[in-house]
Amino acid sequence: MFENLSYLALQQYWWAIIALLGGILVFMLFVQGGQTLLYTIGKTDTEVKMLVNSLGRKWDITFTSLVVFGGAAFASFPLFYSTSFGGAYWVWMIILFAFILQAVSYEYRSKAKNWLGTRTYDTFLFINGLIGTVFLGTAVATFFTGSLFSVSAMHHSFWQSPYKGLELALNFGRYATYINLSLGLAVFFLSRILASLYFMNNIDDETIMERAKKQVMKNTIPFLFFFLFFLINILVMKGFNYDPVTKVVNMESFKYLHNLLAMPLVLIILLLGVVLVLWGIYRAVFATEKCGKKAIWFSGLGTILTVFALFLMAGYNHTAFYPSIFDLQSSLTIQNASSSKYTLTAMSYVSLLVPFVVAYIWYAWAQMNKTPITRKEMEEDAHAY
Amino acid sequence: MEHFNMALVDWSRAQFALTALYHWLFVPLTLGTSFILAIMETIYVKTGKEIWKRITKFWMTLFAINFAIGVATGIILEFEFGTNWSNYSWFVGDIFGAPLAIEGIMAFFMESTFFAVMFFGWNKVSKGFHLTSTWLVAIGSNLSALWILVANAWMQNPVGMHFNPETARNEMVDFWAILFSPTAVNKFLHTISSAYVLSAIFVLGVSAWFLLKKRNEALAKRSMIVAGTFGLIMSIFMVTTGDESARQIFNVQPMKFASMEGLYHGESNAALTAVGFFTKVPKPEDPDANDWGPKIKIPGMLSYLATLDPKAYVPGINDMINGNKAHNIISYYDRIKMGKLAIAALKEFQLAKKAKNDSKAAAALKTFEANYKYFGYGYYDDPHKLIPDVPLTFYSFHIMVGLGTLFIFIFLFAVIYGVKGKLTQKRWLLYVALWAIPFAYLAQEAGWMVAEFGRQPWVVQDYMPTLSAVSNIDQTSVIITFFLFAVVFTVLLIAEVKIMLNQIKQLKDGGQQ
Repeated sequence: MFENLSYLALQQYWWAIIALLGGILVFMLFVQGGQTLLYTIGKTDTEVKMLVNSLGRKWDITFTSLVVFGGAAFASFPLFYSTSFGGAYWVWMIILFAFILQAVSYEYRSKAKNWLGTRTYDTFLFINGLIGTVFLGTAVATFFTGSLFSVSAMHHSFWQSPYKGLELALNFGRYATYINLSLGLAVFFLSRILASLYFMNNIDDETIMERAKKQVMKNTIPFLFFFLFFLINILVMKGFNYDPVTKVVNMESFKYLHNLLAMPLVLIILLLGVVLVLWGIYRAVFATEKCGKKAIWFSGLGTILTVFALFLMAGYNHTAFYPSIFDLQSSLTIQNASSSKYTLTAMSYVSLLVPFVVAYIWYAWAQMNKTPITRKEMEEDAHAY
Repeated sequence: MEHFNMALVDWSRAQFALTALYHWLFVPLTLGTSFILAIMETIYVKTGKEIWKRITKFWMTLFAINFAIGVATGIILEFEFGTNWSNYSWFVGDIFGAPLAIEGIMAFFMESTFFAVMFFGWNKVSKGFHLTSTWLVAIGSNLSALWILVANAWMQNPVGMHFNPETARNEMVDFWAILFSPTAVNKFLHTISSAYVLSAIFVLGVSAWFLLKKRNEALAKRSMIVAGTFGLIMSIFMVTTGDESARQIFNVQPMKFASMEGLYHGESNAALTAVGFFTKVPKPEDPDANDWGPKIKIPGMLSYLATLDPKAYVPGINDMINGNKAHNIISYYDRIKMGKLAIAALKEFQLAKKAKNDSKAAAALKTFEANYKYFGYGYYDDPHKLIPDVPLTFYSFHIMVGLGTLFIFIFLFAVIYGVKGKLTQKRWLLYVALWAIPFAYLAQEAGWMVAEFGRQPWVVQDYMPTLSAVSNIDQTSVIITFFLFAVVFTVLLIAEVKIMLNQIKQLKDGGQQ
């Protein structure tokens, strides 16, 4: 069935899958957000333990989402994979180090003779929470603001800054840095909101419920500030357009706003996403306790839809999704960066597994959630983190 | 090859090797123990005996400690293809990226989802769903091994592809040829069976320690029988698949095969060196036979291993460098010439295309296609640079095979005395089983070294040498990350071993941990 699709349709299909994986990854970053709240919401050892164990049942799904996002990008848009990872070396290395620290911390933090001590592992979790969200968000913003690289005729890419990607977050002399960082910080605060909503859903404890609710309120203001700063900026700035016939890339005023107007469905998804995120927050803060427990699903789905729409804005409608501000014509598009038609077709069949995967994750999650985490369980379970 | 920064290539290789060697300290135990756990829990569900639940939970704790650090090192490997080998990622990403993505979608989600149920679901989900989850963790782990080994096998034996001169990369033309290539099938079966053997040795060794200390005897004896039986079956399977793997290597990577045996001059009726030592590092140009110390040889065995015919001719390293007309072996000197022709023709093709000179482009393409088979050789001037580190490959191979054979006997005795109920009386066996643990790890690492050092300098056999695969970055960045990884991995390894040893030591008779 995928054989009948055109090459461009397959490229668009795969960009949509990347966008969806990006959305799921940002939603799942609630684990990282929660890791930065362990000692804010948890005041006693048992409370921290409850929070860690609540996140500990999910952390590896977030981890896997990141790995699958990387793998899918490699398989479907290898030129993006080689250019971004091989070029923005230090950005990705810092992200990777943060994830190494996370992978061992849950399992080791409360084990006897763990050498480094519980606080060290909890600090690792905090570092991962901070870097994982801010850096990933900043990296995604460069889909709109561009990076410094060139690509040769043999498709070898050369990063043109000695700071290997760090300039995207630290070059404060460039206005785009603020746009990049604003998305990074928006993701950071959003992940803390989502984490608080997740705790309300997953832990059966009044104290934690109250503190989590407070955190939802506290983090919503900076989240909205940074997110709106990012969104307004990209809607009014020049964007990277390419001619579908000549493939020449040029700057177009209000490009991303034009993209939204040209693709009303994407606009609807974006608006729906934002409204759902806010609706979840509203339910958690102002509605009944029962409503608060379900708020995660609204804000979670809203996050997925919003990120999905942002990715589509960056890659569809003849837009260079990984633009180069060093050499405009080196910019990557879903057409020049993709795998061959054969590979995309083969991989499209593999993508049919995704609904099945989502279904079993949902089922397992639901089975485990039937019994929320309680103080009693922490005392009784020998394997608790 | 002057324009390549060899220090960058070496540091990039060192970083990848460091990550892979660390990763491979943890993965084999995960692959095998996950099945051992599933078997133990099945016995628990079938018999309803609490002791089996306790046994399962104990090994599950060790599994989790090991699993976490395996995950930590695994993510680095995947992303290092991009960060450190970006030219590789473009040149073959169309083929290589697919198994990595499939691994994530098909295996990692399964592992991570059911891992949580397996650990925290004992009192939350039904017995049946829990057991299913344990089996799914085992299947998921092993599926992930399948896809990453398919990807690795493709680098050793690139099939199912076609070079597209327009995009200057290799593209996939036959997915099934890649998945079912004999190299992939053998590599998968041999690697997982060796991982099962390591896991069985681990369970056997830890249980033997309990028996030596006269603690947790009921748990230890039962564990030894399960691990011994599992290990015995798997070690026989490992030998069979290893044998088949050797034949595959002989066919598609004859230089690696010759290096594994340190065979410089080809021979008919070639003998297998069972034990041997180099007295000094042999020169690649023309090694002196006196470089060898005393050897124990098995006549005709190498020919048999390579072709199933004890009289067959096995080419040596020098036959490949200098060519051997009698056996239709094209010299590396000629391959280098053809490789250079292919590289030049590709450039000519691209220039002609740009100039819209179709006839010139067609002619260049014809030359290119005629010589593409040896494309990678064109990056070199001196064929001796195309020989892997022979002593390292030789010793790794012999350590792997020697230890693998030894393990069979350990399993055999464990099963015999386990069934007879005489394990506690055979203290020598308990000591051997305990001390076999570090050697099982050594055998695993040696196996990785045979596969990966033995194929140097190729990142994709015959098509792409390591030096043309690296990212265009500064070596200082790679040196810094190398040492950062070395420190972080070492610290985490020490923490892991300390936690693991403590978990074993504190297990009390009859009670929960």
